[in-house]
Amino acid sequence: MDKVKILSFIALTFIFIPMVFAEELSLHGFLQTNYSIRVADDNPQGAKQGNLILGEERIQLKGSFYPSKSKIGAFVKSDFYHDWVEEDWGSDFREGYLDFTDNKFGLRVGRQIYTWGVGDFLFINDIFPKDWEAFYSGRSLEYLKMGVDSAKLDIYSDIVSIEAIIIPFFKSDVLPSTGRFHFFDPYPTITNRELNKPGTTLKDTEYALRIYRYIGDLDVSAYAYKGFFRTPGMKADNFNSPSTISYFYPKLGVYGMSAQKSALGGVVSVEYGYYDSLDDQEGKNPGIDNSQSRFLIGYQKAFPDDFTVGLQYYGELMHQYRQYEDNLPSAFVKRKQLHQYITLRLTKLLKYQILKLSLFSLYSPDEEDFLIMPEVSYNFTDNLQAILGANIFGGSNINTALGQHNKDDNIHVTVRYSF
Amino acid sequence: MKIIKGLLIIGLLSNMLLKLVPAFAAENNLTAEKIIAKSRLAFYYAGNDMRIKILMELINKDGRKRIRELTMLRKDYEESGNQKYFMYFHKPADVKGTTFMVYKYPGRDDDRWLFIPAINLVKRIAANDKYSSFVGSDFTYEDISGRKPTEDTHTLLREEKLNGKDCFVIESIPREASVYTKRISWIDKKTYLPLKEEFYDKQNELYRVFEALEIKDIDGFPTITGRVMRNVKTGHRTDVTFQDVQYNLGIEDNIFSERYLRRPPLKWIR
Repeated sequence: MDKVKILSFIALTFIFIPMVFAEELSLHGFLQTNYSIRVADDNPQGAKQGNLILGEERIQLKGSFYPSKSKIGAFVKSDFYHDWVEEDWGSDFREGYLDFTDNKFGLRVGRQIYTWGVGDFLFINDIFPKDWEAFYSGRSLEYLKMGVDSAKLDIYSDIVSIEAIIIPFFKSDVLPSTGRFHFFDPYPTITNRELNKPGTTLKDTEYALRIYRYIGDLDVSAYAYKGFFRTPGMKADNFNSPSTISYFYPKLGVYGMSAQKSALGGVVSVEYGYYDSLDDQEGKNPGIDNSQSRFLIGYQKAFPDDFTVGLQYYGELMHQYRQYEDNLPSAFVKRKQLHQYITLRLTKLLKYQILKLSLFSLYSPDEEDFLIMPEVSYNFTDNLQAILGANIFGGSNINTALGQHNKDDNIHVTVRYSF
Repeated sequence: MKIIKGLLIIGLLSNMLLKLVPAFAAENNLTAEKIIAKSRLAFYYAGNDMRIKILMELINKDGRKRIRELTMLRKDYEESGNQKYFMYFHKPADVKGTTFMVYKYPGRDDDRWLFIPAINLVKRIAANDKYSSFVGSDFTYEDISGRKPTEDTHTLLREEKLNGKDCFVIESIPREASVYTKRISWIDKKTYLPLKEEFYDKQNELYRVFEALEIKDIDGFPTITGRVMRNVKTGHRTDVTFQDVQYNLGIEDNIFSERYLRRPPLKWIR
């Protein structure tokens, strides 16, 4: 993008618009620098800047305009950055939507971020796209979630409230990419790979529904989704010795529920989702994930002096395990029928919440791999914050979800000035 | 004339007596428990609902200042019983748009929800940390929304004037382990608002002092519009100003819901 254009846009926005609508318009954002460095010198193939996984300067601008007594409003959030890994300038239109609100319903159209479910970094009914590369390279939480070009209808009633979402434009997850991360590839010799995305047709439109209410002192939600897996499945002429491979996004249906309440001196959360692998309900196709039941139970407790502990148990139970075993190609890693994670989160705030120490860890007993994320953040002023953290991966095998990044332990630093 | 004068005097005297007698009786009969209970009503339950804009200045011992600005809505469901709170943060910039909701039950832990706009997430948060700092200030969650009188044993120490106002001075000792071991409150006899509170720590040393700096009559409710909580041990203090205080607005029950956490009620928060 043209730098001059960006700068003049920023200048104009900040000088003129606030003068006209002081009350109803808000303009905020931040300036940020964010670096992540691989600890080991063993860099993956294609690494452009050696140990540098992430290096960027970024400005985020967000503006909202909600006139008084109007049912219509708008919100825009966009980033402009310089990336040292790609040595490039770029922009990232994070969110931008129009709101129409009435007494009993609300309509929001445009690019928007959704977060569903009660898990902490574990997602079951949240089938919206995620940027795992951002997460693994130490970018802030908001970059794990990506905006989706979609329309959402909210219906509010005393009995239940509803969120109904239509997504005409498919967006996949962002997985750790070549050059920035090591990852396991069952067929390293095959270089020519095609990727097919769902189209923007009526047939490929995604639908997501959430029905929720507060019962007694329990928050309850029911969910349904029809669309696609956001990580690709694989097609091959022969899975045992393929000559060509192509990727595609298999069809997926998810039906689930979640509940959350204050109990046992803390907050207890439960969530369930049935993952219906619509392109392979029999479970015979090794290139497509089997149907699964995914579930989690979480407990969060706060202690005096700003100390909080969170624990979660998460499981994925494969439904057609016999068929999975019978059709598994030799190059693939055999998974257990029940894949589990245990997570622990510790948060401690100090010095009037100026200093925050936190630790998040994720461990799988069946795949024997883990991720530990310690972090220290310090607020020099209300506007200036610095974060120092690490992502430590480990595992006994290089072909598991976290174990494949064993050599990608990284230390990251962020300095952000908010305005 | 004399008769009329005499009657007038008798009338005035009896009038005064009528006013004084119950006052005396009240003063003598009011136990420390009742004073604390009345004070809690005056302090935390004025009106049926309330809307305020709160400006907090968090000031460290070197004079460095941090700002918290929020709009708070409160609705009472029964006198001295359940309440709902809704908060919208205006400042600092990095938390602008964050909303926070509390269902307060005097008999058990609160229900609390937080909305994080950056990822459009509503999450329930653990609430049994009533002694944790509220948004980094010298006030704890409990200071913001009150403490059940039955959690302490209260003793009326004395009655004295504070800044020219007659006060009850009451000592409150927590029945169960708490961050403080003793609290001494100066409660205005007229408004029942706490004009000063001292908190003593486990070493039995004074560590926090609350003071009401400005009291205004708003819609018939005496309201502390300026207050400070000082930590005499750390030298940190928090100055709080209430702006645009309004009572009995008829804030709807459904404001305190996930809907408005995600889409703040502009009518109330501006």
